[in-house]
Amino acid sequence: MASLLDINLFGLFGQLLVGLINGSFYALLSLGLAIIFGLLKIINFAHGALYMLGAFLAWMALQYFGINYWVAIIVVPIIVAAIGILIERILLRPISNEDHLYSLLLTFGVGLIFQGVFTHIFGSSGLSYKIPPELKGGFKLPFMYLPTYRGWIIFVSLLVCGLTWYMIEKTKLGAYLRAGTEDPKLMQAFGINVPLIVTLTFGFGVGLAGLAGVLAAPIYSVSPYMGSNLLIVVFAIVVIGGMGSIGGAIITGLIMGILEGLTKYFYPEASTTIIFVVMVIVLLIKPAGLFGKEN
Amino acid sequence: MKSIKPQMLASAIGAAISISAANAAGISGDTVKIGVLADMGGVYADICGAGCVTAVEMAVEDFGGSVLGKPIEIVSADDQNKADVGAAIARKWLDTEDVDAITGLVASSVTGAVTEITKEKGKLALISTSASHAFTTKACSPYNAHWTYNVVALANGTVKPMVQSGKKKWFFITADYAFGHALEGVASKVVAENGGEVVGTARAPLGTTDFSSFVLQAQSSGADVVALANAGSDFVNSLQSAVEFGLTETTDVAGLLVFTPNAQALDPEVAGGMRLTTGFYWDLDDQTRAWSKRFKERHGSIPAMGQAGAYSMTTHYLNAIKEAGTDEAEAVMAVMKQNKPNDFFARNAYLRADGRMVHDMYQVRIKNGSERSNPDDIFEVEKVIPGEEAFGPMLDQCNFVASK
Repeated sequence: MASLLDINLFGLFGQLLVGLINGSFYALLSLGLAIIFGLLKIINFAHGALYMLGAFLAWMALQYFGINYWVAIIVVPIIVAAIGILIERILLRPISNEDHLYSLLLTFGVGLIFQGVFTHIFGSSGLSYKIPPELKGGFKLPFMYLPTYRGWIIFVSLLVCGLTWYMIEKTKLGAYLRAGTEDPKLMQAFGINVPLIVTLTFGFGVGLAGLAGVLAAPIYSVSPYMGSNLLIVVFAIVVIGGMGSIGGAIITGLIMGILEGLTKYFYPEASTTIIFVVMVIVLLIKPAGLFGKEN
Repeated sequence: MKSIKPQMLASAIGAAISISAANAAGISGDTVKIGVLADMGGVYADICGAGCVTAVEMAVEDFGGSVLGKPIEIVSADDQNKADVGAAIARKWLDTEDVDAITGLVASSVTGAVTEITKEKGKLALISTSASHAFTTKACSPYNAHWTYNVVALANGTVKPMVQSGKKKWFFITADYAFGHALEGVASKVVAENGGEVVGTARAPLGTTDFSSFVLQAQSSGADVVALANAGSDFVNSLQSAVEFGLTETTDVAGLLVFTPNAQALDPEVAGGMRLTTGFYWDLDDQTRAWSKRFKERHGSIPAMGQAGAYSMTTHYLNAIKEAGTDEAEAVMAVMKQNKPNDFFARNAYLRADGRMVHDMYQVRIKNGSERSNPDDIFEVEKVIPGEEAFGPMLDQCNFVASK
């Protein structure tokens, strides 16, 4: 216990940075969920499976077609978005007027089907995907060794999160989007194609999950279960941030990543629990979440 | 599942008639029924799962499909890695379906629950893939046979030579549940006994995605060796992080439990050169290659050690029924312990009084990419570890052995 106070600062900095990396990754995943929930009121439980799909598509692209990482990181999110659009059009559209629970159960089932199919084809042990040569190696920081690829994850995640937030909150397109989900009938009366907006929004949110999958492929085992392990954590983050709050999801993702990193340092056994403890506390004190609007 | 209706009907009627005579000599229920219980679609599906069913089927077919003139039947079920699910299936099998022996058995938690039931009902538990050594020590039972490997063999096979070669300071990244704790406990003991010390541990919850935080802790601990006391995707993810953060450049990383599917899942650049202990490797000699080729033709991949073990123990079990002239559990187990198993898997083997199957283990090295002639060519066998060295002496913890 004596060492608690004189923990070397370098060690702590290292943990903070690692937490920030994971946090930016959480932010990217929870952003997709928050967009889909905030704008469409769909609780997308297939998000984890689509993240897994992104990683698998990147692997398949390389293995079967020789398509490298740099192409995959552009193309795969688009394919995942397209699959998301199909799910929205074919499966979610017919139940769009039902209770939210229907879409929750439907997407949960879709997620399980994806997971089952991939387990059947590729087995449960996972596959490996090499870190692209351009991003190999790392930097020697005074307090730790930072792999280049982890730096790349922070960069891409924060860039995409920032752009998305800007697009939705500050541009005209974003205003249409928000208005279209607020009062679809009125917007349609103005001549705006609301169903199209809904479909594209769903596709975009899901595409973010695909992007996260490609980013994860080189550092985590590409396995059918990679999504289900993360999904619940990401949901907790969205709840803490305030269901549907775009900025809230991003900021909470970062904070929770850091908090989790610190827990792994001080009491690793609790590292998968800490986020849920925070969730319970937040729900008790501020049921709408940290950044959510009370109705 | 195969449906042979007249036989099933016959066995059902037979079961109904013979319940009262279940423990008498001969074959209870007029059929020998083996239940394969394993994780069929979850994280451990590749290391036993459908492959264990295939292996048991092969054993039964090679045996001729019947014993003492009665048919041998196989049933299988998915325990989903959940102790309560596994226990419910085991209970149903033993109570209403006249199953004689349960094999497969992967997650130590499930095996712990199932072996309690087999002990209570007086039926055999033939454990193929579980790691914990509890089933032949403090949770032992006269009805347990623990085949392929256990944590003691892993620690003796992998940890001991490393400590003896001068790597004295150890850091453990441990899966935070029964299996990880057992492995860490036994391995720490081996470290201490050989003059080493454990400088730190990090208990990572099962299914942790990102291990970089633990890798940093290991890095700053000043350890000579970082031991990964975990399995499956936890092992793959933790090793990948260790390589990514440059840990492997300065420190040895030891994977304590690595199954062939996990080793195949890793990039040779990440895993190449790592030494580990295994109970079986397909490319050992002509015998193992011949069986593994047949297995691969049916199952699609090379056998993991527990799958080869499932074949070996099923064969030994059926031979014992034949010799005992009955499928009554205690009589069969007595013959199993008396006769030495000897096949492509079980070398210099015997089933110890506490139910531990002692056999040759192998120290292998994961090959680098350039050394591999095909995707299945993953290990180089460096050393055969004699069974008694690997599994150590029988401990005085098993009550039914002590009372004898």
